[in-house]
Amino acid sequence: MEKIIEVRHLSKTFGTNEVLKDIDFSVNKGEVVCIIGSSGSGKSTLLRCINLLEKPSGGEIFYKGENILDHKHDLRAYRTKLGMVFQQFNLFNNHDVLSNCMVGQIKVLKRSKEEAKDVAMKYLSVVGMEQFIHAKPRQLSGGQKQRVAIARALSMEPEVMLFDEPTSALDPEMVGEVLKVMRELTEYGLTMLIVTHEMDFAREVSDRVVFMDKGVIAEEGSPEQIFNNPKLDRTREFLRRTLQKN
Amino acid sequence: MELNVIIKTISKYWPMFLRGAGVTLLISTIGTIIGFIIGLLIGIIRTVPLPEKGIKKSILKIINSILSVYVEVFRGTPMIVQAMVIYYGSKQAFDIDMSPLFAGIFIVSINTGAYMAEIVRGGIVSIDKGQFEAAYAIGMSHSQTMINVVLPQAIRNILPATGNEFVINIKDTSVLNVIAVTELFFQTKSVSGINYKYFETFFIASVIYFVMTYTVTRILRYIERKIDGPENYILYANQMQVQTPEDALRRQQEMN
Repeated sequence: MEKIIEVRHLSKTFGTNEVLKDIDFSVNKGEVVCIIGSSGSGKSTLLRCINLLEKPSGGEIFYKGENILDHKHDLRAYRTKLGMVFQQFNLFNNHDVLSNCMVGQIKVLKRSKEEAKDVAMKYLSVVGMEQFIHAKPRQLSGGQKQRVAIARALSMEPEVMLFDEPTSALDPEMVGEVLKVMRELTEYGLTMLIVTHEMDFAREVSDRVVFMDKGVIAEEGSPEQIFNNPKLDRTREFLRRTLQKN
Repeated sequence: MELNVIIKTISKYWPMFLRGAGVTLLISTIGTIIGFIIGLLIGIIRTVPLPEKGIKKSILKIINSILSVYVEVFRGTPMIVQAMVIYYGSKQAFDIDMSPLFAGIFIVSINTGAYMAEIVRGGIVSIDKGQFEAAYAIGMSHSQTMINVVLPQAIRNILPATGNEFVINIKDTSVLNVIAVTELFFQTKSVSGINYKYFETFFIASVIYFVMTYTVTRILRYIERKIDGPENYILYANQMQVQTPEDALRRQQEMN
């Protein structure tokens, strides 16, 4: 299988705090990978290192075999290949829903207005927000904002979608609508890398689950293996604690 | 205070008041606009992220220190002194002869620029980091991010402070009378020098100043509200269309 993203010996320190320690990790084309783990285990940092919102302290990141930390590499072109969905939505507050999905296409991908609008409308209807195209972000609920954020990322037609705890900032009753949209996306065969605390969702959609603990990948495997027969005690302990809460 | 004195003063000297108010508005409007542009440019330059190394970093550092000297000097000295130094100083020391009106606009502009630079910087810094990250994540450069995402929000946020500067400028152009700019205060002084009715004449001037500042404040408020748009989003959908769950919920809420 073709590796689309490969991370080798990745490390990240904030001051003296070592957040990621020698991470080796890869994502195959078409694969849905969920990263689970307790807060502070480095899940989000790993995701943010992959699209270089955080600069790795050491190691290498390969995208389709190309080292993107190489100085010659076009960072911005690489980022357009990755769609990022944030915990706090981060919709552009000065743009309406449609324009949020168009501005990147027009300014970065240099698409025409008409084309950008068609693409944006297509993905807005995928997430069920096509009726709200002229709404400003502050007029929307959290769940609606996150669906627009997903449409914005999809409008760039990326190769990989990165989700950084997309439901953690939502009210419980809005989690469902966002997960539903994400579940639909997995059916399109999109490559997805999801940091999440939604264990049932992770078990259901992922091809592979990665459990992170204290800055390292402690265990990875199929959802059946991780959730039913975890090898490590700390994985078992984490799952017991999280599943108890629900 | 005698009402008939006021009426007499107005009917006799209204062209002088009018011209004075006109010059005051002209200087403060142009000064605020140019000052805003100066402040915007400086604010943008001062928030450019420092490159990690190389010649670009040193150049940016030098520019930044020059800009902070400008900001500190013009914020730290009174405008009336700046006016004397620039207008008379340039004439005596460098033999540059400028008209009082030009000098007035120049002084108000660079003064406002120094204040606006800090206001703009504050406006940019106050924009949520997530806005930058989201823009970078879809592949935008720093300048694209600034132009398309950050500045429109920052400018909206600093509108009230800009309005404040405008109002201050309308009032503070009165100090330009020391370099013989024929603004409202200068004209009022001339009128009172003719009729010796100081109280009534300056009372008229204060009313004119107040009307100008109040009008400006109201206009800016109106612009702010225009930019913000309505609080709620109304779906203009045909009722015969199949309704989405959001629609149903909204309608239900409206009924209650």
